[in-house]
Amino acid sequence: MNKIILIIQREYFTRVKKRSFIIMTLLGPLLMAAMIVLPAFLADWSEATEKRIAVLDETGWFFEKFKDQENISFYHVFEDVETEKEAALGKGDHLLYIPLTELNIPVNAEIYSNKQAGLNVTSYVKTAMKREVENRKLLASGIDPEVIKSSKANIVLSTIRVEEGGIEKKSNTEVEVGLAIFAGMMIYFFIFMFGVQVLKGVMEEKSSRIVEVIISSVKPFQLMMGKIVGIALVGLTQFLLWIVLTVVFLGIIKFGFLSGGDVAGMEMLEQNQLMQAAAESGSGADKFAMVAEIIDSINIQAMVLSFIFYFLGGYLLYAALFAAIGGAVDHDADTQQFMFPVSIPLIFSVAMSGVIINQPDSALSVWLSMIPFTSPVTMMIRIPFGVPLEQIWLSAGLLIAGFLATTWLAGKIYRSGILMYGKKVTYMEIWRWLKYKH
Amino acid sequence: MTSLQTIEVSKSYANHKALDRVSISVPSQSIFGLLGPNGAGKTTLIRIINLISILDEGEVLLNGKSIKTGDTSLIGYLPEERGLYKKMKVGEQAIYLAQLKGLSRHDAKKKLKFWFEKFEIDSWWNRKVEELSKGMQQKIQFIATVLHEPQLLIFDEPFSGFDPINVNLLKDEILKLRDNGATIIFSTHNMASVEELCDNIALINNGRTILEGEIGEIKERYRTNIFQVTYQASKDLLFDNHTFQLLETSQKNGHKQSRIKIAEGSSSNDLLKQLLSQAEVNAFEEILPSVNDIFIQEVNQSN
Repeated sequence: MNKIILIIQREYFTRVKKRSFIIMTLLGPLLMAAMIVLPAFLADWSEATEKRIAVLDETGWFFEKFKDQENISFYHVFEDVETEKEAALGKGDHLLYIPLTELNIPVNAEIYSNKQAGLNVTSYVKTAMKREVENRKLLASGIDPEVIKSSKANIVLSTIRVEEGGIEKKSNTEVEVGLAIFAGMMIYFFIFMFGVQVLKGVMEEKSSRIVEVIISSVKPFQLMMGKIVGIALVGLTQFLLWIVLTVVFLGIIKFGFLSGGDVAGMEMLEQNQLMQAAAESGSGADKFAMVAEIIDSINIQAMVLSFIFYFLGGYLLYAALFAAIGGAVDHDADTQQFMFPVSIPLIFSVAMSGVIINQPDSALSVWLSMIPFTSPVTMMIRIPFGVPLEQIWLSAGLLIAGFLATTWLAGKIYRSGILMYGKKVTYMEIWRWLKYKH
Repeated sequence: MTSLQTIEVSKSYANHKALDRVSISVPSQSIFGLLGPNGAGKTTLIRIINLISILDEGEVLLNGKSIKTGDTSLIGYLPEERGLYKKMKVGEQAIYLAQLKGLSRHDAKKKLKFWFEKFEIDSWWNRKVEELSKGMQQKIQFIATVLHEPQLLIFDEPFSGFDPINVNLLKDEILKLRDNGATIIFSTHNMASVEELCDNIALINNGRTILEGEIGEIKERYRTNIFQVTYQASKDLLFDNHTFQLLETSQKNGHKQSRIKIAEGSSSNDLLKQLLSQAEVNAFEEILPSVNDIFIQEVNQSN
């Protein structure tokens, strides 16, 4: 027992100390955060500074409608285009030129600036002009815009799932779909990434010829399990560090959001304003609150726990098979013929994710979430939509039985394979190994 | 006293019998040579002794008791296919291997210091294995094998891949280990080293023991009663009866050299008497068969 702990320690520490592990651990959450913040940051790049816009409104319809915004202010000018352009650009301002046209209702405008006019400027100007034009059109057809405004309906469709015991939960399919795809992909990625590490580790021991030295001290099964468990711990460490770092990072953003003093918070604020300007309906803050409520309604704790369980179960199942492959082959090139059939169920379950998301409770989805080879990915996709408890228990039980079976099988292949050199391994050969008495 | 004994050990793979009722017995504090052509079953037997493979039938006794899992710490094994973790540092790796054999980290470190100083390789401690030459790596492997001071040492082809200087170093160490009380089994194709080192040998072919015993006794058993005499004489040697048979005569540095076979029942002294009357004898010795000769003869016969 003591020896398997030594093996686990070696496997764990040689990997955790690697530079690539540290980089991945830091980069994961950073990339994730970057994906959220970067678009806002980029859009905001030119908008952080106060912008002044000279308005040359030949129609005389619009100037009144432009209200000063947080970073945008408007002033009226009256000379001809060329003069005003020179004057405005000379001061580093923008010129908004709305020419008088032959048409009854003007629909063209131009913005002149030294730098690209920011998205906040263009979207605000567009929205304001559109509203004014629409109002005038309505008036022209004898309709009071106020009537239209009051007749506008903003539909918010809340889907409420009634759980056992009559507990009602507000749910929102969009957020669930996102979460389902994310969880399914993550588990696929984790199983593959760490499963392949097991394969590489076994192959390294075989090709460097150290394996026989080691198994003169420990049982081959101990060596295999020590490696699998050690690498599982590496995976868990990475996963937990990602959660912790992401929470810390989100905490920083949230803090900045509330105090308004933080740069990241400012960016989020800008993002919300953009959404507001573009969407016209509902305030950004409301939407943010709604998303937060939905995220709260999904049991994050249950998600994390089931992720850990299905990661470990799926990983143990596949890692054992990968270890067997690593033990059986001599060269990298030979791994392909065995890797492919082994990874098909895993790839299949990812390929089916669209179908599963559309109908999380269909017979196909339920079956796929029961079969140990496909259940880790499929179940993680289903869980955000709610899965009956008895199905989770059954699937979990089958997964445990599944990895015990593959580990037993893999142990036999591994044991024969690791001492076999210079022989091209075939399925027939492996079948023979399974029947050996060790 | 017997250190290790195998009793009627058999092992089969899918369609061939790797070992067929092999019995050997290795006296303690001796060097035991396990010989045989490629594919004879030496490595299979060694793996069974190391509990890497499991026998189908028979028994392996260590110090008179059936061998069990915990006994692996009493054995040091240097396999034929051997290596080290390439990316790991030399010192860390040696400690790890010693810990797997049951040494504490502290003891392992202390003992390693001793061996590293002895082989003058202290400066390698923090280097990665991949930076070392093959010969250097072999030294580390040897140290890792003997570090936990096992009572039974098993070397499978220990000299393959070593340069002559390191071969000698290794031979000296093996002899020292025996003198300090260890029992050593080694398998090799190098017959010269067998004659030099081994106290006992066993010859295996096609999974069976075809010869086993003390090396001097075996040579005695295979003596052919051929004597070689170096002499000076004007005439060719002539024997009047069939007791002595002149096999060949050659000329060497002004001396003549002949090989003479003595028939059963006569002694070397009778031959000497005859020689003295015919020639000036410079040297007279019995030609004993080399282990190499015995090996080839026996293997060919059993095939």
